[in-house]
Amino acid sequence: MDRPIRVLMAKAGLDGHDRGVKVVARALRDAGMEVIYTGLHNTPEQVVKAALQEDVDVIGLSILSGAHLAIFKKAMNSMKQSGMTDVLLLGGGIIPDEDKPILEQMGVKGLFGPGASTQEIVEFIRREVQKLRSAVL
Amino acid sequence: MKTHVQTEREKKSPERRERFITVSNEEIARLYTPEEIKELDYERDLGYPGEYPYTRGVYPTMYRGRLWTMRQFAGFGGPEETNQRFKYLLKEGQTGLSTAFDMPTLMGLDSDHPLADGEVGVEGVAIATLRDFEILFDGIPLDRVSTSFTINPSAPVIYAMYIAIGDQQGVDRKKLRGTIQNDMLKEFIAQKEWVVPPRPSVDLIVDIFEFGIKETPKFNLISISGYHIREAGSTAVQELAFTLADGMAYVEAALQRGLEIDEFAPQLSFFFNSHNSLFEEIAKFRAARRIWARALRERYGAQNPESWKLRFHTQTAGCSLTEQQPLNNIIRVTLQALAAVLGGTQSLHTNSYDEALALPTEEAVRIALRTQQIIAYESGVADTIDPLAGSYFVEALTNEVERKALEYIHKIERLGHGSILEGVFRGIEQGFFQREIAQAAYEYQKQVESGEQTIVGVNKYTIPREQDQKVPTLKIDPEVQRRQIERLKRVREERDARAVAGALHRLEEAARRRQNTMPYILEAVKAYASVGEIMEVLKKVHGAYREPAMV
Repeated sequence: MDRPIRVLMAKAGLDGHDRGVKVVARALRDAGMEVIYTGLHNTPEQVVKAALQEDVDVIGLSILSGAHLAIFKKAMNSMKQSGMTDVLLLGGGIIPDEDKPILEQMGVKGLFGPGASTQEIVEFIRREVQKLRSAVL
Repeated sequence: MKTHVQTEREKKSPERRERFITVSNEEIARLYTPEEIKELDYERDLGYPGEYPYTRGVYPTMYRGRLWTMRQFAGFGGPEETNQRFKYLLKEGQTGLSTAFDMPTLMGLDSDHPLADGEVGVEGVAIATLRDFEILFDGIPLDRVSTSFTINPSAPVIYAMYIAIGDQQGVDRKKLRGTIQNDMLKEFIAQKEWVVPPRPSVDLIVDIFEFGIKETPKFNLISISGYHIREAGSTAVQELAFTLADGMAYVEAALQRGLEIDEFAPQLSFFFNSHNSLFEEIAKFRAARRIWARALRERYGAQNPESWKLRFHTQTAGCSLTEQQPLNNIIRVTLQALAAVLGGTQSLHTNSYDEALALPTEEAVRIALRTQQIIAYESGVADTIDPLAGSYFVEALTNEVERKALEYIHKIERLGHGSILEGVFRGIEQGFFQREIAQAAYEYQKQVESGEQTIVGVNKYTIPREQDQKVPTLKIDPEVQRRQIERLKRVREERDARAVAGALHRLEEAARRRQNTMPYILEAVKAYASVGEIMEVLKKVHGAYREPAMV
């Protein structure tokens, strides 16, 4: 049997909006995933370091402060430097449409705004992690 | 509540759902009758507007005397841009200013701090030194406006800056009008912006009370806020209970300092959220006034009627806005604003329809302000006071919301062994508030996903994404960050370095000796010390706070 999917749910930067990240964390846990939450006010580098230490399949990074471009860029660079090519980076929060292609180009795999259902997020993660795992095998 | 026996006729017209609930998961009955409010005593429980216990409103003529203050929150980019927006809003007929700060300023960091990268001027205006405030209030005489500042950990610095600008303009401090949010307890509970830990944070707030009651008697020294508690996912009852408990905690902290209740209580003000369930919100506002009046008079022995009055600002619920079909948000905001007016608010911010996407554009802000103007001048709802009083439903709901809020407040009191202040500190330390709110948020999300709660355009009446309205959004020029950093650098070069160092040193000494810090912060501000430098001194004395991560 597959080992359970491990997810690091993270907040980076100064943004303190943690309603969404906590709701998603609980929903992923209820869906059988192993979820670790970083708490608030981390640098993107600290998030990536935690992801490495916890050996996760997915990082869910939540930002509602408008600083998403700067923060995702740093997180992505840090992941590349650490050679984390098999980890899925997802974004949640308030992300304007015109910024979505920029983030996707950086390598952010899925973006979930206000109104996204937790079921949708669960299914997305299962599908993408499945793809990554079969690619590794 | 009494259940009513189903008749044969009723069985033939079944109801469209099993449970009817508010957004806060409160069950609503089919019908309310005199039976539900038979205990209600008009004089004791409602009274007349402007009279104890103020259930019907805090002023004898309410909106017939003066309409609520229409106060749109504004702030983005640098102080130049926000100064322009302020002047625009005043020209459009707004009657009070309200300032939003960017994240670094809110967290007490300067624009050149590494954690500030990407956040400078994004969510609000960036302020580092008094130089920025001089630009922000350029051409705005402080004796003619009332200004509200949404600022918490760095509230003492921003308050000092406003006084310093007033001094520069030659305005008598006693004429300064406005509000600083200055509510740290709800930060630890919900909004999560902080610098030093909860206990020294409350000490700083009491410093402001002690200083402000003498120096700026027309200025609201705190806005005890439920808004963010609700946005974090609480129910209406939790919002009310936790906010009033915070209010009582500040009262107890000020009394411990030796302040007289009637000296500071009139300068306390509140800030609530207005969400979608119209009647529940109205009941919440009415219950808030009654609980506060009784607590101040009976529990804390206030004698001055001004101390008993709960005056409040309202903002419509940001968390109710949808990214999908964003123009629908105009209708949501209208209903929420109506609840606030029917609930007797003293001032109101209506959200702009595009705020689930980004900061609002000027056009969206204008519609939001017009919404208030239409309610005020066209609908007639402001023409009589507390028009829903006596409704079986609204009175029963007011009683119910009050009862449930008091249950929570008693629980907090027990947690603190009779002290609400201690109960709130322990509730924060043990994660009680945070857990209650996260649980309510999760329950709500599950109800949305199961369809028990309807959000039009999100889980019902949806349209394909590509057909959705595209709305223009406001973009912050990254140039702002560079410009702010440069200005800060210039100020640091030009100011009298010895005066700054001296002022910061004296502040540190005062903080260590537990003296009132306000006069020292004002001195530092006038010497052009930055927000970050001043907050750093306080962090050095009291340590930094980090919340334990819990889900």
